[in-house]
Amino acid sequence: MASYDSIIIGAGHNGLVCAAYLARSGQRVLVLEAADEPGGLGADREFHPGFHTPIAHSVSHFSQKIANDLKLTAHGLGAAKPVPTVGLNTTGAHIILQEGSLSGAGTDDTRAYREYSRLMLRFADVLKPFWQKTMPRIGMNNFSDLATFAHIGINLRRIGKKDMQEFLRVASLPVRDLMDEYFDNDILKTTLGWDGLIGAKLAPRSPNSAVLAMLYRLAGESRGAHTIPVGGVNGLIDALSKSAMASGAEIRCSAEVGHILIDGNADGLTAKGVRLANGDTVTADRVISAADPQRTFLDLVGVEYLDIGFTNRIRRLRCDGYVAKLHLALDSAPEFEGLQQANGRMIIAPDLDAIEFAFDHSKYGECPDSPVMEIVVPSINEPSVAPDGKHVLSAHVMYVPYQLKGGWNPTARDRVCERTIDTIARYAPGIREQIVHQEFLTPADLERQYRVTGGHWHHTEFAMDQMLMMRPTYEAAQYRTPIPGLFLCAAGCHPGGDITGQAGHNAAHEILR
Amino acid sequence: MNETDPYAGERLKKSPFYLRQEVLNIRNAWAAWNGYKFAEYYYDTEYEYFCVRNTCGTYDICPMQKYEIQGRDAEVMLNRMVTRDVTKIGLNRVAYCVWCTDDGRMIDDGTIFKLASDKFMLTCGSPCTAWLEKSAFGFADVTVTDVTDEIAALSLQGPTSCAVLKKMGLDGIDTAKPFDIMHFPFHGDTLMVSRTGFSGDLGYELWISPTVALDLWDQLYDAGENFGIQPYGEAATNMTRLEAAFIMPFMEFNEALRTVNFEHDQTPFELNLGWLVDFDKPHFSGRRALLEEQKRGPKYTLTKLDIEGNKPAEGSYIYKDKRCTREIGYVTSAMWSPSVKANIALAMIKTEHLEGELWAEIYYEKELRQYNRVVRCTRKQKPFWAPARARATPPPDF
Amino acid sequence: MSNYDAIVIGAGHNGLTNAAYLAKAGLNVVVLEKNEYIGGAAVSRELHEGWKYSNCSYVCSMMRQALHRDLDLGRHGLLLVPYLGTINFGDGDERLFSYHDEQAAHLELKRHSPHDADAMHRFQSDLTRYSQLIRKTLLRTPPDPTSLRPRDIMEFLYLAKQFWKLGEKEIYEYVRFFTMSAADFLDDYFENDLIKAAMASPGIIGTALGVYSPGSSYILLHHVMGDVDGSIGAWGLARGGMGAISAALAGAAQEHGAEIRTNAGVQQVLVKNGKAVGVVLENGDEVYARIVVSNLDAKRTFTRIMEKNDLPDGIYEKARNFKIRGSSGKVNIALSGMPKFSGVPENRYINRGGQGFTGSMETMERAYDCWKRGRWSDDPFVESVIPSAWDPTVAPPGQHWMSNFVQYCPPELADGPWTPEKRDQFGQTVIDKIERYSPGFSDLIVHMEVRTPHEIEQEIGLTEGNIFQGELTIDQLFFNRPFPGYGQYRMPVRNLYMCGSSTHPGGGVSSACGANAAREILIDLRRPNTVPEDDFYDE
Repeated sequence: MASYDSIIIGAGHNGLVCAAYLARSGQRVLVLEAADEPGGLGADREFHPGFHTPIAHSVSHFSQKIANDLKLTAHGLGAAKPVPTVGLNTTGAHIILQEGSLSGAGTDDTRAYREYSRLMLRFADVLKPFWQKTMPRIGMNNFSDLATFAHIGINLRRIGKKDMQEFLRVASLPVRDLMDEYFDNDILKTTLGWDGLIGAKLAPRSPNSAVLAMLYRLAGESRGAHTIPVGGVNGLIDALSKSAMASGAEIRCSAEVGHILIDGNADGLTAKGVRLANGDTVTADRVISAADPQRTFLDLVGVEYLDIGFTNRIRRLRCDGYVAKLHLALDSAPEFEGLQQANGRMIIAPDLDAIEFAFDHSKYGECPDSPVMEIVVPSINEPSVAPDGKHVLSAHVMYVPYQLKGGWNPTARDRVCERTIDTIARYAPGIREQIVHQEFLTPADLERQYRVTGGHWHHTEFAMDQMLMMRPTYEAAQYRTPIPGLFLCAAGCHPGGDITGQAGHNAAHEILR
Repeated sequence: MNETDPYAGERLKKSPFYLRQEVLNIRNAWAAWNGYKFAEYYYDTEYEYFCVRNTCGTYDICPMQKYEIQGRDAEVMLNRMVTRDVTKIGLNRVAYCVWCTDDGRMIDDGTIFKLASDKFMLTCGSPCTAWLEKSAFGFADVTVTDVTDEIAALSLQGPTSCAVLKKMGLDGIDTAKPFDIMHFPFHGDTLMVSRTGFSGDLGYELWISPTVALDLWDQLYDAGENFGIQPYGEAATNMTRLEAAFIMPFMEFNEALRTVNFEHDQTPFELNLGWLVDFDKPHFSGRRALLEEQKRGPKYTLTKLDIEGNKPAEGSYIYKDKRCTREIGYVTSAMWSPSVKANIALAMIKTEHLEGELWAEIYYEKELRQYNRVVRCTRKQKPFWAPARARATPPPDF
Repeated sequence: MSNYDAIVIGAGHNGLTNAAYLAKAGLNVVVLEKNEYIGGAAVSRELHEGWKYSNCSYVCSMMRQALHRDLDLGRHGLLLVPYLGTINFGDGDERLFSYHDEQAAHLELKRHSPHDADAMHRFQSDLTRYSQLIRKTLLRTPPDPTSLRPRDIMEFLYLAKQFWKLGEKEIYEYVRFFTMSAADFLDDYFENDLIKAAMASPGIIGTALGVYSPGSSYILLHHVMGDVDGSIGAWGLARGGMGAISAALAGAAQEHGAEIRTNAGVQQVLVKNGKAVGVVLENGDEVYARIVVSNLDAKRTFTRIMEKNDLPDGIYEKARNFKIRGSSGKVNIALSGMPKFSGVPENRYINRGGQGFTGSMETMERAYDCWKRGRWSDDPFVESVIPSAWDPTVAPPGQHWMSNFVQYCPPELADGPWTPEKRDQFGQTVIDKIERYSPGFSDLIVHMEVRTPHEIEQEIGLTEGNIFQGELTIDQLFFNRPFPGYGQYRMPVRNLYMCGSSTHPGGGVSSACGANAAREILIDLRRPNTVPEDDFYDE
């Protein structure tokens, strides 16, 4: 008899969500994490003594249903207050979006924003139920699959003829066209468009996927607003770990999985457990991978056990990350021109062309001259992450390519890091003098340190051709894989990346079905 | 090939045997195969056909694709690619194999030569580089090299073929069993001989470096002079293979990766090649799909037909009844067999109708006027031509 | 004042097609053309004595053969001849020749990459499959997804059935293909950059997207889904230039009784009580009709020749937001002799084909980056063909005409408006590029015509000089073309229709838009249909 019902590889938030659900249903669950603490990209990182921040620095649409099901509040998750999103302007004329209201834009734009946000939230509501469901295959349908499709159709019709028509047009628009149709203010355009682009290899002029990414992010309870949970993102991870453990799941850290054990005989293949990097083996009835699809199949399983076409589709997944991470340890609170307190999510992108041109370099494996980025100063909302009176600045820097022409080296990394700090200094002139320590992680660094292929946040690009029942590939889109007993449960599956927990939730649902 | 030659695309390549074949091809009947200039026939198709059945003939297989697959993982890689168990192929043995897409649709067929524990040669009719590279991806130690241009290959088929090789001085060749490989020193090089072929009769295939290809040809033709050796082309090959009921790409099957329409390609089960699918292997590409198909039964089955009358049923539909109300299949290849004096054909027939009556509607021409007739077809279980000498070791003297 | 059953505004190929079918159904039709010549962008004008050639549009593959046959265009003087392969020039000395002959094509690809030579078979099968599906929609009116009318539902069922026939996995592949970038799509097949670049180049022609932009693989398909005599992806040249197509269509229309008036630019569409009733010409004349059909692009139709007050709410804004971006230039060069290209064999067949000054994926994408910044690239993508190599009617014997299509060229420059000097500099950039591959080329030049998007707009009236009358992105395709809710050729004002490339199935000299619009008009007028329902395609 196998030692566990389920082994989950990776204690990222999706792995923990999946573990908690399975454990609650009575399964014996073991979560194996290579790092020395759970959390994956949400895990706490002490990048300088006393200064902490995870890679993922805020949460925007973590599923409320999961929080309720797993009783996360009881396990210590504090109520998270949404933080404003701020479009920074060198002149100090910032755009501030807070709790659905807009300030800093002209009257026309403010009026347009009301209509824009009505429409987008309406569209987000159409899609909302489907992020929490397994997307069925088109061919072999049972009743509940057909119901899912019917549900989409009904939701679409319910928004009325005009909005439905508009939805079918807007859904594939590039960010630039959508923004140009509504607004004049450049900073407003970049601030609103940011959520369609962040984390992806997409620029404002790229059609087809950006609006869907925005709608995905608008589907949460906070309607797109970001929150920094009490205790930081790590507070959420803690609550998830506690919830899983309270239900009986075992979480073993510093336990890197070397291989997924595949048993083969005349009946075919089945996943039987894992072999750890230290040589130990653990057996289970099923293995659930929260690692990304390429790592899962190409490294942990091995192509020998996969069909050739499937292998090729996995290999072809676009997994190159384009977001780097900047961490600054500051000796005092950063001061942004014209901003009372840097308590929001601040976006630096002067206009859509600036984003587009930053992106242009990355196409050829070059770093942008003027990076665009999203900044959070978590220590303002959560002083515990830095020593008394000191602060942490955390920035997602777009578009830093995973594959740099000529390869990454310390000089190349320093160059783009300095450019990034120069850019920030245009908005916060004193920043350089405040820096106690700086750390810059390229996508290649993220890949190495967090075992994420390409250093890609979403495990694989969130693009229309890698979405829904095609994520990661059509053979593995329902969380089951071609190998019986092997499942996927993380960002590489529908609905995709960000800290939402939904992939883990859906996978657990499929496994228990 | 010279990669910098901008003229390469203009003309067909010439086989290492071309200089000899050019002289013999008095009708200038050339076709093309994989970019090689290649004889459709040399003098007369029927004459060449009877040489293969009566004495022996040589058929140029230089244009056939040849790949060398080498490395520690070569066997695992091939074993995952093809449906047969490659680990069961003995050293210096050849195995006929097919390989499929994930959906169990046939990409191509070919032969695997096991030359060492970590060295194989794969031959097939169409270029397969892209699929082989996909198949090799992810294995630590395997290299795939296209050696088509580095190996000259000649097929020698027919009842006197063994005698010719013996005369040529290949001692012990008569001990080679079907699908055996033997090596002989030849002009400072090595001549590899496999007892394989595409004629359904006794026959061998000779593999040699192109530099000594013409020497091989000359020596073979010297030795064969009194054994009726003749070159034969594509047309005669197609006749002999049909009598042996061997399948031909773009006749019996459509290569899956080139198929445009849904399920207009075939599966090994449909082609009667279920014996090549080894489900004892825990995994190979397409296993899941093929297992399902095996349970379900193939939609079509390739069937050998003996057809009334003498009009070849090329392109005919097969019906369930003489009134042709219910179409149940189609003929893939057909001809009048000169050896067995029968009107033979291969046809894809819906499996569920295999047991019932089979009628072919044949259109034929008589002095520019079109006629048609509906005739009864009889299923054959055995190949139309399968002489005992093809399997005997040592083979009898013609 | 004159009275007609139908007015067609613009004598482009779609307007003429539309008029031909309306006239064939017995309607009294007039086509009003602002220029002194007909054809719009499908013209052959003699701008230099002795040379009479396709000034704008230059090759044809999308012309629906059902229409060609049905309107008997052959009898009206049209001969479409497929042209032989293309030479693609790499950034350096690499040359890629595409041959018609399968064996030669395979050998040539193998010279660059054995892997790609093999992969080409799968690529062509897949493209053929995608083309076959999309071709079934070309001569059909897109259904309205929000409607529950039986006709729309039946049409959706028809489409679903066509999809279903692909098999489950191919449905996914199709959706993926439709939304990907040309670069990502091609990465699945090829490894050689020049082969990829050559295959990707149709993905950028006429569009404000780059090879790395999602959506460009559909543009690629849009250019290869046409065919000449059943060979998908082949391109044809019209004997006598593209004007021969317009002339044949005009001949067919006139034979059925349509009237064509040139020098009759429309100032405004007259709308009374919410219905289009006629037009006012630039010279002040008024022409009345039961229906008005606009062959102009959507933006021009609703923002230039319509009063904002005559339009229902929101339509003006939709038209203003309609994406119609100029991105292409055209340079026609008359030559005193046949140019010779370096690294190209003296092969009479390959030299009868076209030339793609392709460079590499990066070269093409960098040219797009320049466009985004309001300039043209020093190293643009140029697609050329020398039709005089086989067409004796376009240039004096022994002399030649070379058509050069340039991607990208911005409609507005970052450093101020287009001027004749800047236009000539742009032309010189193209000559310099060709000269790189054909030393001595400039000495052969007898004269040249340069068209930037600015000239194209001024001459033909295509907004921003966009050759497709609107970008071919998903938000503007099929039932979304030109605007959601108006994908069935009927426009927001009653009795007003559109029949140009701003409607389904979009740009290219296909005549399908004009024919489809005619079908819808005849339904509304309760006339028997004269338009072929289906194209012939190979099932």
